[in-house]
Amino acid sequence: MTSVSKLLRRSEAAVLAILIVVMIVIGVINPAFWQADNLFNLLRANVVIGIMALSVLTVMISGGIDVSFPAFAVAAMYLTVIAMNAMGYQGVVLPFIGATVIGLLCGLANAFFIHTFRMIPLIVTLGSASVVRGLLLGLVGTSIINIDRMPPSLIAFGSSTAEIGGSKLSLMIFIYLGIAVLMWLFLTRTMAGRAIFAYGDDAESAKRVGFNTRRTVYLVYGLAGALAGFAGLLHASMIWLANPRDFVGYELDVIAAVVLGGASIFGGRGSVFGTILGVFMLTLIKNSLIIMRIDNTWQGVVVGCVIVIATALTAWRDRKALV
Amino acid sequence: MKARSMNKLTDLRRFVNRDNNIVQLLIITAVIFVLMSALEPNKFLRYYNFESISFIFPELGIVSIAMMLAMLTGGIDLSVIGIANLAGILAGVFFTRLYPAAPEAGAAAELMRVVAGVVLALGVGLLAGTLNGLLIAKVRITPILATLGTGQIFTGLCMVLTGGPAIVGFPAWWGFIGNGKILGIAVPLVLFLVVVVVIAAMLTKTPFGLNLFLIGTNPRAAVFAGLRTERMVLYSYMLSGTLAALAGIVLSGRTNAAKSDYGTSYLLQAVLISVLGGTNPSGGKGTVLGVSIAVIALMLLASGFQMMRFSNHLIDFIWGGFLLLVMVINVLRNRGK
Repeated sequence: MTSVSKLLRRSEAAVLAILIVVMIVIGVINPAFWQADNLFNLLRANVVIGIMALSVLTVMISGGIDVSFPAFAVAAMYLTVIAMNAMGYQGVVLPFIGATVIGLLCGLANAFFIHTFRMIPLIVTLGSASVVRGLLLGLVGTSIINIDRMPPSLIAFGSSTAEIGGSKLSLMIFIYLGIAVLMWLFLTRTMAGRAIFAYGDDAESAKRVGFNTRRTVYLVYGLAGALAGFAGLLHASMIWLANPRDFVGYELDVIAAVVLGGASIFGGRGSVFGTILGVFMLTLIKNSLIIMRIDNTWQGVVVGCVIVIATALTAWRDRKALV
Repeated sequence: MKARSMNKLTDLRRFVNRDNNIVQLLIITAVIFVLMSALEPNKFLRYYNFESISFIFPELGIVSIAMMLAMLTGGIDLSVIGIANLAGILAGVFFTRLYPAAPEAGAAAELMRVVAGVVLALGVGLLAGTLNGLLIAKVRITPILATLGTGQIFTGLCMVLTGGPAIVGFPAWWGFIGNGKILGIAVPLVLFLVVVVVIAAMLTKTPFGLNLFLIGTNPRAAVFAGLRTERMVLYSYMLSGTLAALAGIVLSGRTNAAKSDYGTSYLLQAVLISVLGGTNPSGGKGTVLGVSIAVIALMLLASGFQMMRFSNHLIDFIWGGFLLLVMVINVLRNRGK
């Protein structure tokens, strides 16, 4: 009995329960929801936002916040595709390593400012996002690289599918799940991962216990940038074009998904499983408005309400007596 | 005799220390001014340039003051642009659909229509700010997340109301708020000066202002000292929302249009200007004067770069780089003390 009530008090269980209710409601309104095509499309929509959410989750567990990852993702994506076209390179592994490294370097720059000058992560990442986007659009270019100029190897990779019962499931979903498992192992099974939780809970205590806080900050923001860079190129190969103005406004959605998944903005709290559920919830709501015959212009309002309600619930959970 | 001159010296030093930030800002502004005048003397030093700046900067200045108000208690208001656009769009809906101009309406009726629109827009801002304040003070959602969410809702409502394209067809008097002149001075500038004086007086001369600084300096101590922190934080976001709506009125008046994605780059700039103006994002520190000088400094910078045909993207880069640079300078300076 106690184990059941304990389970229900975990936010993952609550999110899962709400998720199931929402899916049943949508299914009742429009049974087409349960068709394999629709479900597979839904899963596919999780991939890029999901990887970005894992990046934000790491930052949030450390007690910070990151609004620069969309800029890093778009820079990694656009620079990599341009470099591939310039060199006429056809391959998959090397470009993805390149995009990841670009993201990593940007993330390390965030860490440098945050650690060396003890600056507030929100301000630093607002600034670095503006710097990276400004440089990309101002110096590199503003033109969209369409399907006819996209490297065929990337397109082939991004559109690889498996046929299940006549419907096509994007294989990218397994990349997402693979990264999620690795992140879960890293956060819960390694000393470096535990250090992030300790740092987010109380940076000063973590330092006194003997964790290297400098290494932790660099690890957190470096990892976040690397994941964002990877997700950026994956996005381009899945939609077959590279748009240097892409990902505008993603920071809101992704942060919402992570908070929805039970992570605390004050740090020290959050899980990979919860984040996956949060991302699924968000994409479910966004993608199902049409299927529920609600006009698409309501999307912003609905997502905003979901953020406010979810954060209100977590605030209620984390409430303290006085301050 | 000697003691007295020593006293005078320490007095002076204390004054310079207290207003160190203002002095630093004035120096930055002067440097930018001289630099731009030297680089583009023919275009920059014209009366027309300064006149056009006096029309454009007030909306950003008002938004920045709204941002500073939220930062005083250690919060942030990421919904200011959403509120500004919502106020402009609702006024537009009011003028075009709910209460269109009567064919033979006199000047008085037209003026009444615009006054009603202004009241409606400011009321929406007050309401939106109240929602933010309640979520932050009562429900205790972190300001970043609360205003991120409500900002999304406000922008979403703009989308629902307009369906995407801009709303046009504001009355002539509405345009006067954004484009008119009183005694040769731009109306937006007059409004900005009024806001500056009122908010500065509110922050320095009233218990409300003192409360905000105390809450920002140490929220725990403020609670134990018996301050009504919840109510004060609520008021500060109500004020911030109303100011954002005022900025929305000026913006829609100047461009004679309202759209759901107007002024999105203002959000980062408002944060930058408040921080540059000496506001501490963790709370407890900030002056209206500092923010006002900062907005003028950055407007001079932007107008100069535009004359040198820098692309808008590179100006974004410069804004971001400037934000980081200023923060670093502030940190290094405080470390020295």
